This record gives sequence, structure tokens and C-alpha cells, in this order.
Amino acid sequence: MKVTVNGEELALEKPVNIKELLVIAKAEQPDYVTVQKNDAFVDHAEFEDTFVADGDAIEFLYFMGGGSR
Amino acid sequence: MSLTNEQLERYSRHIILKQVGGKGQEKILSGKVLVIGTGGLGAPAAMYLAAAGVGTIGLVDFDVVDLSNLQRQIIHQTQDVGKAKVDSGRETIAAMNPDVKVHTYNELVTAANIKDIIRDQDYDFILDGTDNFPAKFLINDACVLSEKPFSHAGIIRFQGQTMTYVPGEGPCYRCVFKEPPPKDAVPTCRQAGVLGVMGGILGTLQATEALKYLLGVGELLTGHLLTYDALSMTFRKVRLPRNENCAVCGKHPSITELFDYEQPTCDLRNTGAR
Repeated sequence: MKVTVNGEELALEKPVNIKELLVIAKAEQPDYVTVQKNDAFVDHAEFEDTFVADGDAIEFLYFMGGGSR
Repeated sequence: MSLTNEQLERYSRHIILKQVGGKGQEKILSGKVLVIGTGGLGAPAAMYLAAAGVGTIGLVDFDVVDLSNLQRQIIHQTQDVGKAKVDSGRETIAAMNPDVKVHTYNELVTAANIKDIIRDQDYDFILDGTDNFPAKFLINDACVLSEKPFSHAGIIRFQGQTMTYVPGEGPCYRCVFKEPPPKDAVPTCRQAGVLGVMGGILGTLQATEALKYLLGVGELLTGHLLTYDALSMTFRKVRLPRNENCAVCGKHPSITELFDYEQPTCDLRNTGAR
């Protein structure tokens, strides 16, 4: 099956949940990432119970702040 | 308001645009934009807004110019090191365009003063050029509660992001990011670095949104997060849903008063502007 993560296609051998996908897709700061599946937010509490299916579009949205000096 | 001959010449490349024209330029000249943070994002944003003829620009920053700022904070010059950033910013804008009236606020934005600053000139649009999450959430909450549109942006390393909030027209920053990450959980530019031009790219996108809002033209980045990766030279526009359970703009908001997230005092020197 294939899903897209931040616009890039990713082949998966078996269905995985969001928590596993964060590892497979090498998400930065997985504890603080906002996840969207097919244009809907997925709560952190639901990461383990939410599985991705063929054709799903997943977005990892990251905090971007910075530092002045 | 009617444009003087000098203004007709200064803004001629705007006026020739069918989406702007003389009427649009008058809207820009009577526009009021508040730029919070005169650093990597706020510096180029304020300069383009000033050059465009935004008649009233507010600059908020509590910090002084540091030599390490000059790699990206282009509103400040070498001789400004040690000077209050808002004073340095005002001087640069004054030299650029006499049509612009600059209001400066040499202070840190807090729950106690942010609404007064926004109200001071009844700003039309707010531009978040801050570098830290407590300030970003405060600006979001203040704009939602004051029903003011604003532009969010963030930059780090070779990456940036921006979104625009317009009351009633899409998600706010808190819909996407519920609360600030713990201190040091997410690297800062100081820790991770940032390519100087990132502020120019994202800050100029923010200024573009402010001008489009004043003109009432085009589609704003409401309901979208625009992300930019300079290494792959990729822009992506990610659609954002509204979060009905959002703590500040949702159906049953739990945040109805402004509050400050704690900022360790040792970090206060870093909270002015990216």
C-alpha cells in the first residue's frame, strides 16, 4: 500500500498506526508534531488507534519558532 | 484622500496594477499594520510595508540591536548595534518613505499590554515576527479575542512556514498547534541556526498578505499553512481544517482572557524578535 506523507509517496508493507508511521517516516520531534490525516487533525491520544490505509494523505506539521540571537 | 504628484510617481508601479490603482494605493496609505518583533521576519516585512506606503506602521520590540542580528535583520545597520531595535527600525523607515507614520513600542508583548498596543492605533492587520512560542500563542489569542487578522510565520535552519488568520474565515494558530512545546523541546534559531534569507522570504510573504488584506484582493493564506524548504526549493500549501474544539476559537472556548506562558528569565533577551 502507498500513502503520502507531506506530499511524498511512501510504500508500506502492512497497515500501520500513526505512532508507527511517525517512526517509519522519521518525523522530527514526534512528541510535538501535529498530524493531519486526509484533511482532519488526529489527536495525540488517538495516534495508536488511528491506522493509515492505501491512498491516505498524511501531513506532519511542525512547530517553527526560532531564536533572536 | 487624493494622491500628490510625488505619490503618483513613487507608487506608479502599484497604481498601474489593475488590482491596485489609485484607489488601492489610497487604501494602502490609510492602512495600519502592527509588526511585532523587528527581527528576521519583522525587519524585511516592515521595510516592504514602508516602501509600499502603508501609512501607519507600529513596531514592537524590547530588544537592542546585536551584531549577530545583522546577518538577517536588514532594517538594522552596523552603526545601530546597541540601539533599541524600534528606534533603529523607525530611522530606517523614515529614510525610506516620508509617507509612513511609525509608532514604536519598546516593550515585550504580554497579556497585560498586547490588547492596548493593538488598540493604540486600531491596527488593521498584525504581523507576528516573534521568535518564541509564548509570544506566538499570545498574539494568536489576542487577535482571536480582539477579532483582528494576523499573519503567523516561523523560520529555522532552511525551513519556514506561514499562515494567515482572519476572524471567522478559518483556523487560528491554536487550532493547529494546541499549546507551546516545553522549553528546549523544539530548537531555536540560536541553537539550530537559520539561513539569513529565510526571514526575507517568509517576512516578505507576510507583508504580501498584509497588503492583500488592505487591498481586499486575491486569496489569503486562511485555512492553509504554507511551508517552504530552501534546500529542495519546495513550497507546499497544506490545507488546514478548523478545529471545532480549539481552546480559543472553537465552539466552546476555554480561553476567554489572555494569559502569559512562563518564560524563564534567562531567556528574556531572546524573546523580542527572531
